[in-house]
Amino acid sequence: MARFVVRRLIQMVLVMFAVSILTFLIFNVIPNGDPAVRMAGRQPTETQIEAIRKEWGFDENIFVQYFTTMKKVFTGDLQSYFTQLPVGEEILKGLPRTLSLAIGAAILWMLVAIAFGLYSAVKAGKFADRFLTIIALIGISMPVFWIGALMNYYLGFKLGIFPNGGYVEFTEDPIDWFYHLILPWTALAILFIGFYSRVLRSNVLDTINEDYVRTARAKGLSERQIMLRHVLRNSMIPIITLWGLDFGAVLGGGAILTETVFDLQGVGQYAADSIGQLDVPPVLAVTLFAAFFIVLLNAIVDIIYAYLDPRIRLQ
Amino acid sequence: MATEPATTDEAFRAPAAFEEEARREGVHGVGPWRLGVRRLRRNRVALFFGFLFVLLVLVCVAAPIWSKQVAHTGPNENHLTDRIVVDGEEKDVVALDGVPIGPTWQGEFFLGADKNGRDVMVRLLYGGRNSLVIGITAALMTTVLSIILGLLAGFLRGRTDTAIRGLLDVMWSFPVVILGVALGVALALGGLQLGPINISGDSLLITIFVIGLVYIPYMARPVRGQVLSLREKEFVEAARAQGASPLRVMFGEVLPNLASTVLVFFTLLIANAILLEAALSFLGAGVRPPNPSWGTMIDEGVDRIATAPHLTIVPGLMLVITVLSLNVFGDGVRDALDPRAKVRLEH
Repeated sequence: MARFVVRRLIQMVLVMFAVSILTFLIFNVIPNGDPAVRMAGRQPTETQIEAIRKEWGFDENIFVQYFTTMKKVFTGDLQSYFTQLPVGEEILKGLPRTLSLAIGAAILWMLVAIAFGLYSAVKAGKFADRFLTIIALIGISMPVFWIGALMNYYLGFKLGIFPNGGYVEFTEDPIDWFYHLILPWTALAILFIGFYSRVLRSNVLDTINEDYVRTARAKGLSERQIMLRHVLRNSMIPIITLWGLDFGAVLGGGAILTETVFDLQGVGQYAADSIGQLDVPPVLAVTLFAAFFIVLLNAIVDIIYAYLDPRIRLQ
Repeated sequence: MATEPATTDEAFRAPAAFEEEARREGVHGVGPWRLGVRRLRRNRVALFFGFLFVLLVLVCVAAPIWSKQVAHTGPNENHLTDRIVVDGEEKDVVALDGVPIGPTWQGEFFLGADKNGRDVMVRLLYGGRNSLVIGITAALMTTVLSIILGLLAGFLRGRTDTAIRGLLDVMWSFPVVILGVALGVALALGGLQLGPINISGDSLLITIFVIGLVYIPYMARPVRGQVLSLREKEFVEAARAQGASPLRVMFGEVLPNLASTVLVFFTLLIANAILLEAALSFLGAGVRPPNPSWGTMIDEGVDRIATAPHLTIVPGLMLVITVLSLNVFGDGVRDALDPRAKVRLEH
């Protein structure tokens, strides 16, 4: 087991290394624009550009540039090309917002998906099942920023039930914090509710036919106990795996659209703003940050699986 | 079974006498495909949405007809100072305070105008063309590349597999939207130069390329898994024993058995590619304005949602209906071809 964990962690570091190289290349090799020219502003002189190039090290060999950049990532000295603000601090500033959004939405989508999926499976083939299936399919077919913008406009702006975007610190006013996040949570959760309830429904339908369920029924357990204790518990494993992976993705900037449309100023929105300006350092940092969560949760899921199923360790 | 079979392939078909016997007994040999079609035909909902998608495609293909015959304007023609008669009343296409006219429900400006006084209906149809072209072409690109990577990795195994799997793992570690936006912005700035191919930054091909690329791991991984199990099957062994080359086994024996998975994935990929196009355009990394697409239209609409909500609602609804029809149809196809398969595509 220890060997498996070590191997998985080494693999994780390698993937992170590759991700950092790839991100660096995307922004440094593909655009044929020179960052120094972009940073110098309008009508720069040749000496100005040259000075910027020297100051930021753009005249160095690409390998040297990569290594100095990565060193700054780890020491926290990375600076934005355009705002000159330290990237690490900006990410830390956005982190509580992104965390609030991700955790709340993840809880919401899990609870609603369990309710929908279980009810759908119990009523399989009946009207309620079909209705929920259609709802789930509509959910996965809607762009999150579209439904988010409509919710923001109709429920927030027009009816005034909810605040019109923005974010309030939890420490400042927990109730207002909750109030501001209801719409973003819902918008972000809709898509996942669609996916999860459908996966859960088919898992429950598979589990219902297992022998141990028949045994439970023969023992005389109530239908409720059978569903919750035996069926649901065993149908949850794949869902929990997905949950781990998706939570990592949402945390790492997967909520870029939700954050932008509700103006939450989280890590995702920071990435979106920086990408538009081709501001390499923040994008590199956010991408690494995102990849870190995705890779980490992937590794955790794998390790839990290996712990539960010894066959995987030997592969 | 009197004559010698002409090709080795024919030797493995069911002998004619066998079929004869089956017919006499009243048993029909039904292949998996025919069985699938039969199941799909019974699924009315899936069929309905399949036809709906075809209809939407046809409507968008017919965009020039609406543009020339009914609306008398093009997708990028501004009518900022025009006036139009609605119900016998003359109105500004774009009011003095910049608020565009809403749906008129008549030939010109059927669904209203946008901030530049462009006809929303015309833009919706032309935008639909772009969104559909991007969705279908990108899905095609993902499918072809995923099949090649999955086949190579699963069939050759060893170092090739390790290399391909590593590549897919790295791509998998990027959040889809962030990778898409990063690539989209970077490529749009400088265009793409691949040897003799030179694509300018505002071309639709850039968006197609980006979307086609980011979904590869989601399809290549399951394909690889299937190839791994297919290559151990008896018919592969039989083909190899006959002296078939690895390429022949890969494309002649393994590939046809992937067809149902590929078909389902392809349908769902189009849906997801259309959604991703909208997301990229919303973040300014997809289709370049003034070129219309459903994504750019929603993006422009959201800025003015308070004064002209129809600019957001109309393209969004069209997009949702299209994606929904693909999702429902793809679901039906999967249920029909392989009821036990669990195909899941990430957003």
